[in-house]
Amino acid sequence: MQNANSKRVSCEPLGIGGQKAKFSPFSRKQLCIPYGVFLACFVVIPLLLIVFYSFTDKNGNISLDNFIRFFSSATTLSTVIISILIALATTIICILLAYPVAYVLANSKLNKGGTLLMLFIMPMWINFVLRAMAMKDLLTLTGIFGVNNYLNVIIGMVYDYLPFMILPIYTVLIKMDKSLIEASQDLGASPLKTFTKVTLPLSLSGIASGVTMVFMPTMTCYVISDTFGNGLITIIGKLIDEQFTTFQNWNLGSAMAMVLLVIMLVSMWVTGGFKNQDEKEGSL
Amino acid sequence: MANQRIRRDAVMSDEKIIQLVDLCRCFDGGVYAVDNVNLYVRKGEFITFLGPSGCGKTTTLRMIAGFDKPTSGKILLNGKDISNLPPNKRPINTVFQRYALFPHLNIYDNIAFGLKLKKFKVTYENDQGHRIEKIEKLKKSEIAAKVEKVLKMVDLEGFEKRSVSTLSGGQQQRVAIARALVNEPEILLLDEPLGALDLKMRKDMQLELKEMHRKLGITFIYVTHDQEEALTMSDTIVVMKDGVIQQIGTPTDIYNEPKNAFVADFIGESNIFSGTYIGGGKVRFLGHAFECVDNFEVNEKVDVVVRPEDVVIKDRDEGQVNGKIISSIFKGVHYEMVMQTGKSEIVIQSTVERKVGEEVSVYIAPDSIHLMHKEFVSNKYEGYITKHNTVCFGDGEFECDVTKLYPNSILDEEGYIITQEGERIDLTDVDVNVEVGLKDIEISDHEVEYGAVGNIVSIIYKGDHYQIIVRTDENEEDFVFDTEDTWNENDRVYVIIPKEKIKLSLKEEVKR
Repeated sequence: MQNANSKRVSCEPLGIGGQKAKFSPFSRKQLCIPYGVFLACFVVIPLLLIVFYSFTDKNGNISLDNFIRFFSSATTLSTVIISILIALATTIICILLAYPVAYVLANSKLNKGGTLLMLFIMPMWINFVLRAMAMKDLLTLTGIFGVNNYLNVIIGMVYDYLPFMILPIYTVLIKMDKSLIEASQDLGASPLKTFTKVTLPLSLSGIASGVTMVFMPTMTCYVISDTFGNGLITIIGKLIDEQFTTFQNWNLGSAMAMVLLVIMLVSMWVTGGFKNQDEKEGSL
Repeated sequence: MANQRIRRDAVMSDEKIIQLVDLCRCFDGGVYAVDNVNLYVRKGEFITFLGPSGCGKTTTLRMIAGFDKPTSGKILLNGKDISNLPPNKRPINTVFQRYALFPHLNIYDNIAFGLKLKKFKVTYENDQGHRIEKIEKLKKSEIAAKVEKVLKMVDLEGFEKRSVSTLSGGQQQRVAIARALVNEPEILLLDEPLGALDLKMRKDMQLELKEMHRKLGITFIYVTHDQEEALTMSDTIVVMKDGVIQQIGTPTDIYNEPKNAFVADFIGESNIFSGTYIGGGKVRFLGHAFECVDNFEVNEKVDVVVRPEDVVIKDRDEGQVNGKIISSIFKGVHYEMVMQTGKSEIVIQSTVERKVGEEVSVYIAPDSIHLMHKEFVSNKYEGYITKHNTVCFGDGEFECDVTKLYPNSILDEEGYIITQEGERIDLTDVDVNVEVGLKDIEISDHEVEYGAVGNIVSIIYKGDHYQIIVRTDENEEDFVFDTEDTWNENDRVYVIIPKEKIKLSLKEEVKR
């Protein structure tokens, strides 16, 4: 059998200029196929389905009913506004907390070998539902829990998303050319002026990355709003989930997802403006 | 060496703008980047710190700028100690090695950065004759005028609105210079500012910088590892090595009268030979007694420096030393030839080519021979004897003959020494002085049982041999020795010293 099938007499590697000089038998395009298939199956097609569902009614007829219902309902609109406000508050608090931390981590000799940075990043390795429950218990223990449901939710969100703000700011700060700081001092700027005129403007791209990584997820992360809000706070993510699971209204759910998508695109467009300033610096 | 202050010319005023007094900078791990530097800079001077990387020149500059604080010593600006003044309070501006232009600002804002921060005390007199003092910033129009003026000076008119990233390296360099100069500093520091430019641009910028210095009359302190750059531009050159000043002088002084073999080797090309001063204005090297103009002690071992362009090539038997041409390379303006005589080689630069293999002779005029005191005559260390009767010094353990510490002594079976008088002495942990000659050290690639390990940090060719310095990692102990073998800098090597070549002497009498 073997002899019948294979006629190879010798096997020599073909060098440069040989017909099969390439190391890999696949071209780059071919190597992209598995991911392309994945992308099509799990991103593009579902997205198209959402678009389809959002513009049709239960019988499959094209209509704008879903959107009309969404925008005419006071409860849904207030949920959207509350979601945005919670996300905004979380993001701002995250920036205020993360910037000094990242600044210390990037400058100090304390962070030898990245140990301190690791301590801040490590919570990300623990299951986040578990983390949320632990934080809730901790808040209850200290008596903060129950003071205000919104405050609880924001504390929970900040706790959960803080590393995502620290990391991009830290990355930008650590990559920043230290001689720029020295140049600023050399030209007569006090440490405070150096910070406001050089360090802060140059780290805006890191903040922008952080904002995209914190603002958008916090609008939908209803695990935290459920855990910390005593079931009294609904955010847009929860609303969508209810349409799909409780009410079985896929069309309205899809329309909500579409609205959320637009909000996200707008926020990306806003933060993207900062990132374009120095694409070379880049962050995450 | 560090305390020399020999200066020749008096073009500048004698006012000392900067004085470094016993300046030291020690980094973590106990390494002295700058070691007891004493020096002054005169007002309006163009002074260059020159040396190989790691010689402490940049650290010295950073301390003057205020980015680094001295471990000890003082920096005086116009007689006042500024060692603890932050950089923003010093009337000094810096041109950084990689320019350090602010990427988020355009050219105008980069240059105006310092001007916008400047504050002045202005005194007004009102109608009643009262004087009112106000702190004012520069007006926008004043800033614009200054920026325009400085841009014109660096030939970048019309570049105000451009962003930094659209500029070429040379243009960025000019912006960096303009940004520093616009503040009208008393001193301009330049940290290898031309390092990133190509050769042609570098040459042009050298002349331009020199011209700017002449026009503005500001003191320039320049740091470079490029000896040609230093020779071209400076009024005064400070040659540094291992954080220590080797020589201070004008470019001509440094070139013609190098203080030691390091300076001679670092500045320009040179032939360095080991010679002996034999008295009567004569020095013996290459097997010939040459006339020279320096005076040394009779029979003192000296380093002899002869510049390749000072060697005159002649037909056989017409010069002082005969030899054979073993290589000849055309270098544009001249030929660079190597003549071998005995075991030594001598580099010659001449516009007349001699073919490889040709038998020739060379003549060296008395004033072309420069003699220097030998830097290393022998290696000296402090060490101690171990319980195995070996000696530890220079970060290594070596076998040695401890019986040499006491005349006619012997070792007994237990390792105690029995002196001539019959006394029994335990030498364990006894402190000793160790001396090893320059010819008594060998190095090897292979690990050895007894010896030290280190990296080759310096190789200087001395005509017929190399002088190599091996430095150990732990305490940075140096082993200096002569060898005919070829090694490379940064090679990791094991130092071997034959037992009989280690000269020991007791630091103090051992209690018996």
